[in-house]
Amino acid sequence: MRFEIRAGDIEYGGSASAHIKAQLTQMGIDAAVARRAGIISFEGEMNLIVYSDNGGIVEVLVEPETIMIEVQDEGPGIEDVELAMTPGYSTAPAWATDLGFGAGMGLINMRKNADRFEIDSRLGEGTRIRCWIDRPVDTGSGEQEAS
Amino acid sequence: MKLSDVMETLSLRPFTPVADPAIEINGGYCGDLLSHVLAAAAPGDLWITIQHHTNVVAVAQVAGIPVVIIADGKEPDDATVERARNGGITLLGTEESAFETSGRLHHALAVR
Repeated sequence: MRFEIRAGDIEYGGSASAHIKAQLTQMGIDAAVARRAGIISFEGEMNLIVYSDNGGIVEVLVEPETIMIEVQDEGPGIEDVELAMTPGYSTAPAWATDLGFGAGMGLINMRKNADRFEIDSRLGEGTRIRCWIDRPVDTGSGEQEAS
Repeated sequence: MKLSDVMETLSLRPFTPVADPAIEINGGYCGDLLSHVLAAAAPGDLWITIQHHTNVVAVAQVAGIPVVIIADGKEPDDATVERARNGGITLLGTEESAFETSGRLHHALAVR
């Protein structure tokens, strides 16, 4: 699944993520995994809308053992990633905070809901975030330990 | 406690069709910062907020929140109501504050 997100498109903000969660659920993905994927995607999607210069891409890859969510833009890039990952730190404009965005928890929510989290950001070039969620191992129905 | 009983006890008015009046409400979360809702609300919770824009619906969908109570007499616009309706999210309203609403809901859930 691949979604192009437009900068400033607050009206449709979150639609891609709601769609992603619904699609994953429909595919029979574990409910908790689908929810975590939705939260990661939502935070990424909103970051593209609020902060990116020209929007970006949210892409979801469903693999047998993992789900990978990639959020990518072409700028402006994050000056200090460590600072941006500090709970409560935000550079959100007033219009976004008025709507309940910019709590300084977005990247943290993404990391918290991922089993593996990577962020690569360069000023003037852009940001790429990749999150992997491990899918629960299906042990088969009715399988029990030998007594 | 059934949603229909919650609605009656708190005198809530629906902005959307009530998707399922019989669903059980066991808890809730109160807050206006969307990331905090995503981080802290549990699936199935009822969410009390003064936010009333379209993104509220997306947050509810992603977090697995079936019902949102919009407090302080705020009203969602048509686009928000439409999106909630399409997404199966029930939007309810009250003139009371989020504090008052949370308190009454908490009490109702505790004494049931």
